[in-house]
Amino acid sequence: MRILIPGIGGVLGQRVAKRLVEQGHEVIGIDRRPWHNAPEGIEIHNVDIRKRAAEDVFRKRRPQAVIHMATVTHLVERTEERFRINLGGTRAVFEHCRDWGVEHAIFVGRHTYYGAAADSPLYHKEEDPPMAVTTFPELSDLVAADLYACTALWRLPQLTTTVLRMVYTMGPTGHGTLATLLRGKRVPMVLGFAPLFHFMHEEDMTSAICLTLEKKLKGVYNVAGPQPVPLSVAIRGTGRSALPLPESVFRAALGRFGLPRLPPGALAHIKYPVVVDSSAFREATGFQHKIDEVQALSEFRDAFPLHD
Amino acid sequence: MPFLIDPEVASRVDRLELPFNKYGVDPYGARKDHIARVLTVFQFLYRHYFTIGVHGIEHVPRRGRAMLVGNHSGGVALDGAMVITSCFFELEPPRLAQGMAEKFMAKTPFMGLSATRMGQLTGLVETAEHLLNDDRMLMIFPEGARGTAKLYPERNSLVHFGSGFVRLAMKTKTPIIPFGFVGGGEAIPTIANSYTLGKLFGAPYVPITPWGVALPAPARLELTYSEPMTFEGTGTEEDEVIERYVEQVKQRIAGLIELGRKRRRKALAWPGSTDDDDPKLADEQAATKKEEPS
Repeated sequence: MRILIPGIGGVLGQRVAKRLVEQGHEVIGIDRRPWHNAPEGIEIHNVDIRKRAAEDVFRKRRPQAVIHMATVTHLVERTEERFRINLGGTRAVFEHCRDWGVEHAIFVGRHTYYGAAADSPLYHKEEDPPMAVTTFPELSDLVAADLYACTALWRLPQLTTTVLRMVYTMGPTGHGTLATLLRGKRVPMVLGFAPLFHFMHEEDMTSAICLTLEKKLKGVYNVAGPQPVPLSVAIRGTGRSALPLPESVFRAALGRFGLPRLPPGALAHIKYPVVVDSSAFREATGFQHKIDEVQALSEFRDAFPLHD
Repeated sequence: MPFLIDPEVASRVDRLELPFNKYGVDPYGARKDHIARVLTVFQFLYRHYFTIGVHGIEHVPRRGRAMLVGNHSGGVALDGAMVITSCFFELEPPRLAQGMAEKFMAKTPFMGLSATRMGQLTGLVETAEHLLNDDRMLMIFPEGARGTAKLYPERNSLVHFGSGFVRLAMKTKTPIIPFGFVGGGEAIPTIANSYTLGKLFGAPYVPITPWGVALPAPARLELTYSEPMTFEGTGTEEDEVIERYVEQVKQRIAGLIELGRKRRRKALAWPGSTDDDDPKLADEQAATKKEEPS
């Protein structure tokens, strides 16, 4: 099968591309970022997904499937630019899919769509509303991109659309929001809170995306691996130590003393859990994770040891 | 021995049939070490501080989904703590009763964290349904915060019952095990509820007792479980149908409270001055098969 991956330059994009090539597929990538040392057989186009040159890739190469991973999730990018990339990019991908005869489009979204709040249930199901827009407005572009992708399910009936809401990544590449939080020797926490964090190993994440393609799955699915663990346990599991700060101190210290400059909404995600029920995905695909939470954390710890 | 954990409690925690991972954490965030530490304290209260009569524990299923439904007694959740403790110590294998906590607790530092580690989660229908589908045992007080707000003279009465628990039980085909709790109002006799103090602490209210704070006195408590009740249906029935079932559960609980009161009166009376072996009480006790804690 000929598969196009917008956002191939990311850690997950590269892994999925390599796995698909191993499986005998033809892989084409689009990304503004370069991928040095890309394996042979993967065709890379260094273009912006929103530009005409990207459409030309669809026109000339006529992919049968598209795995859309060209979304910005980190908060370093200016909000306005993030909105443009995440919304404009997603719109462009689905329009090109419609115009150039793509059969299957997979949108790789995030489980943070559901948002973290004191009164949000554990184990969100796919029908739960996107509360992230109220608890964490800075994520609203990702929520909107997810919802936009969902509209393809009824707007483009000829296209098989899958929207995946994947939990945090954890593993030796140190890629992802949770891994970034756990990078330092001391990990700040809000005193009196230790929410459950739901994550899965990057290998399992790659398998889940490839399985979605193989099964030509249609619909919206939460994707998770092993059970979630409290942040305090994840910190210990990666050999770090917790730095519990009262909420007011935490808020004031953001962006100082080596702490990341996070918007205030991010605090809800360090106080309350976002945990998803992935039983529908498992049932539809037969997916089973291979790496449990203990091994995922210890692989991260071994890849990022702490030096005195 | 881990700090502040009784070895007997620790061994019972090991026998809880819950899927704890290698870190000792279950998929809902309950932690073995925390459960053992809290139940070490509850064990002291249950066996030494209070005098507690537990009856009908054989009605609580050993395995599978179940819903313990009862009345609130006392200004703080002493009733819930004793129900959890009785299921932990009197059942073989021990079971963890999982309460549905008030939403304000999740927002309060340490309070929500401690409750979650003990397997007591925020009271949301979605979470409750997920727990039942995982064959857990829920503990529900349909009176909610209105129930703990009862003042001393109202301690053995029942206030309005919510109906969500019956719908959920029907939807998930879960048996309801009603229980009646008596004595909480004597342990924590609420003379007033301070809503101003409540606002200060982020709680609905703070109960005031004759000695100021809501610290319990070593009273005699009676906990009576009755036979399971099951209601056929899907949980989507009209309100009138559901309300009838709710009323049936409420009446059963009212009967259990009455039974507990009689037993409590008898136990506290001077020897020789009891209303000598009330035949009705003896019959009722036989029905719930008396089982004193060891």
